[in-house]
Amino acid sequence: MTAAQILTLTIDGKHVSGLAHETLLQVALENDIAIPTLCCLEGLSNQGSCRLCMVEIAGTTKPQPACVTLIQEGMVVITQSENLRTYRRTIIELLFSERNHICAVCVANEHCELQTLARDLGVDHISFPGRYPALPVDASHDRFVLDHNRCILCTRCVRVCAEIEGAHTWDIQGRGIRSLITADFNSPWGQSTTCTSCGKCVQVCPTGALFEKGRSVAEMLKKRPSLPYLVSNRTREQQ
Amino acid sequence: MPASQPDQSATDKRWKTINLVMQRHDHRPEALIETLHAAQEAFGFLDPETLAYIATQLDVPPAKVYGVTTFYNHFNCSPRGEHFLEICTGTACHVKGTDRIAAWAQEKYGLEPGQTTADNRLSMVEVRCVGACALAPVIITDGTLIGAKTIAETTDLIEEWLHDDAP
Amino acid sequence: MTMHLEELHQLADDRRRELEGFAHHILVCTSLGCPKNKEIIAAFRQALTNSEAGEKVLVRKVGCMGLCAAGPVVLILPEEIYYQKVAPGDAAEIVSALGREPVQRLLLPSDLPFFTRQYKNVLALFGRIDPESLEDYLAAGGYEAAVTTITRMRPTEVIRSIDKSGLRGRGGAGYPTGLKWSTVAKAQGKKKYVVCNADEGDPGAFMDRAILESTPHALLEGILIAAYAVGADCAYIYVRAEYPLAVRRLKRAIREALRANLLGTAICGSAFSLTIQIRLGAGAFVCGEETALIASVEGGRGVPRPRPPYPAEKGLWGRPTLINNVETLANVPGIIQRGADWFAGLGTEKSKGTKVFALTGTINNAGLIEVPMGMTLREIVEEIGGGIPGGHTFKAVQTGGPSGGCIPAEHLDTPVSYENLSALGSIMGSGGMIVMDETTSMVDIVTYFMAFSMEESCGKCVPCRVGTAQMHTLLKKFQTRTAIDDDLTTLESLCHLVRNTSLCGLGQSAPNPVLSTLNYFRPEYLERITGPVDPCRQEEKQ
Repeated sequence: MTAAQILTLTIDGKHVSGLAHETLLQVALENDIAIPTLCCLEGLSNQGSCRLCMVEIAGTTKPQPACVTLIQEGMVVITQSENLRTYRRTIIELLFSERNHICAVCVANEHCELQTLARDLGVDHISFPGRYPALPVDASHDRFVLDHNRCILCTRCVRVCAEIEGAHTWDIQGRGIRSLITADFNSPWGQSTTCTSCGKCVQVCPTGALFEKGRSVAEMLKKRPSLPYLVSNRTREQQ
Repeated sequence: MPASQPDQSATDKRWKTINLVMQRHDHRPEALIETLHAAQEAFGFLDPETLAYIATQLDVPPAKVYGVTTFYNHFNCSPRGEHFLEICTGTACHVKGTDRIAAWAQEKYGLEPGQTTADNRLSMVEVRCVGACALAPVIITDGTLIGAKTIAETTDLIEEWLHDDAP
Repeated sequence: MTMHLEELHQLADDRRRELEGFAHHILVCTSLGCPKNKEIIAAFRQALTNSEAGEKVLVRKVGCMGLCAAGPVVLILPEEIYYQKVAPGDAAEIVSALGREPVQRLLLPSDLPFFTRQYKNVLALFGRIDPESLEDYLAAGGYEAAVTTITRMRPTEVIRSIDKSGLRGRGGAGYPTGLKWSTVAKAQGKKKYVVCNADEGDPGAFMDRAILESTPHALLEGILIAAYAVGADCAYIYVRAEYPLAVRRLKRAIREALRANLLGTAICGSAFSLTIQIRLGAGAFVCGEETALIASVEGGRGVPRPRPPYPAEKGLWGRPTLINNVETLANVPGIIQRGADWFAGLGTEKSKGTKVFALTGTINNAGLIEVPMGMTLREIVEEIGGGIPGGHTFKAVQTGGPSGGCIPAEHLDTPVSYENLSALGSIMGSGGMIVMDETTSMVDIVTYFMAFSMEESCGKCVPCRVGTAQMHTLLKKFQTRTAIDDDLTTLESLCHLVRNTSLCGLGQSAPNPVLSTLNYFRPEYLERITGPVDPCRQEEKQ
């Protein structure tokens, strides 16, 4: 592989540089510029679906997702503006209105990425009526629980299971507002024939939708595995 | 997961066409949707055994097969009744009031779109624009397109159609 | 088997001579829009066996004749006599009137503005040839353009010609076709694909269905030229499963073309090869979006992915892929045959050529029409469409389906072009034009469209998945007259969020019907607010 080209750009007035194959989000993080994200996780493919990392790029009319936008020479990027803050707040509000997020009784209370972002962005009320769907809880697995009520459909579990563990136990069933995480042929998780019970999905879940059995309110602290470490180690072992 | 085709003896012929579709695509995963079409054509709906068989044959993870099946409106996982009524919900049909046909059917047969009557006589679904907008309001009765009628004429025709071969 | 141009000409000549051997042709529309056509054809055949002139008359099944509202339509050639609302029982009378005074009570005047004000290019062979006969298409000059292209032109010349014609994508966005072709042609990689988007999901649009049902070979010819120009040897046609007749005719056309070596290897003795495969859609509007369409052709969930990379660079299985809509490709043979200048001479400065529209709703002459770009909406609605039936008045015309907007009466004199329709807050879209009279509530129609967008959202990105659902909830409140003043503010801000932050075109354009009606029909929203109304806001619009 030839040496990657180094590009320079401006993010929030700060001159930064990065490699040609890097995304805006990567370069921002390397330079301690915080951009909120929910679906993105280092080591997994990026799908640009939560739309929280939208940033403004000079010369474009619409905001762009930082996680899937490659840097370009001379790019001028703004990650914080009143418009962007409003968009991000509204997206968080939409997520809260979508399902039954009741932090006070959630295992992930105080350790939840959705909750933390809401706090950071100053979300103090939800402008939309709650949809309060009647969703099941799958506790059929002997070690883990899936609570659809707290799921934000970020698909980190789907991706970690397919891309890192190689089991592809999870996928999405249905579409649109009726989408649900599903195991195998919509089987109870405990009866899945593909699940290896590795627990990666539980650890990467940003909310309390996937958790370990026996955890009570606020007790579910996730041990985030280093996915790039797993991948590079595995590649080395195979050689 | 069953690796063999379920209930082979009873449905041999129908499985043949499904297997043929998969063969034509060298059993590559990309044949999934084509195979689901063939299976639904053969059996009228997609049951868990069928999905499991297709998943094994095409080497597609079960969750992915289920995800694809439930993504598309065309695939249905439960069997249909003896008669099949499709009500077009395209814009032109909406403007001409096909929602009133659905409401009428609900009152008369107690059917919500997507349901089948308890006696298994009639299944009713709302379908996306069938592209016969100039004939709005459009319904399809067992594959026969009926259009360019008033709502009252249309509901009369549905009654007539269902009585046609009543015992 | 290799077939050369001369042999194709021979086939065409034979068919032409055969057709000329008949004194009269009875052409019966066999499109979806004209039901009972099988019975009608049988009745004509029966009537002819009982008639002396029987052997001198040919009954032919043809594609859509356009005026679906008058269907079933029958055309008598060479006299050019149109009969409307023909029933099987009328066959004997029509047969006995051949060569004499036409049957007055069924007569459809051929000097109607519906016929005379149109300019037919894509629709030129509609209702004139048997869609299931390659020979019919050849006899009408079909495949001439493709064979000329493949045997006598260089790919760059073809692209230059399409570029010069000014043809733009007819699927909705209006991207310059020549530019798209040259991007794919220049893209790195040996293996390239052409995908024809025939997933006509816009409710109220049936242009593509009619093309597939009436002149399937014209589409194949367009694909041939496109594939040759960009260097692809494999093409897919992604068709809606909801169009069974179209699929059947397309399959048959592909078989016929293969047999005549117009598809397959070494086409017409050249070094160019092409296979065309059909992929059935399965009922997902979002698959009209090109990256979702690719995902679906690959056998997966039709979920869009962020662009770039664009399909022209990384499309089907990561290879450069040209994706064009049916009508776009159907325009191509005409451009090659009649020249880029001819095409560029039609239409407006930036919107060239003609456009096919599906004219429906509360309008007298509902059907399929083709007009030069730049014709005003008024001419389309009032002259070609024949105005509003039943003493009602025009209220709005909806273009672009769930991604478009409602255009009110005061803008009826706008010439149709991509730019003008966008400026009015709507879009050209694929060509659905739904006319609404004063009895249609704008809030109701917008709620209908939002329900559509909500149900068709793939659910991947949050603004579209939850935003369309929340917009639908808000619109329902207006529909049921339970809205409060705040709801209008929330609705508008939600529209902007969903438009600016959604991942794909479905979400980005889902607010369009709301925004356009809030612009033109705001009082209809305001009168449905039962809570406290901000008086300033009400005055500002009056």
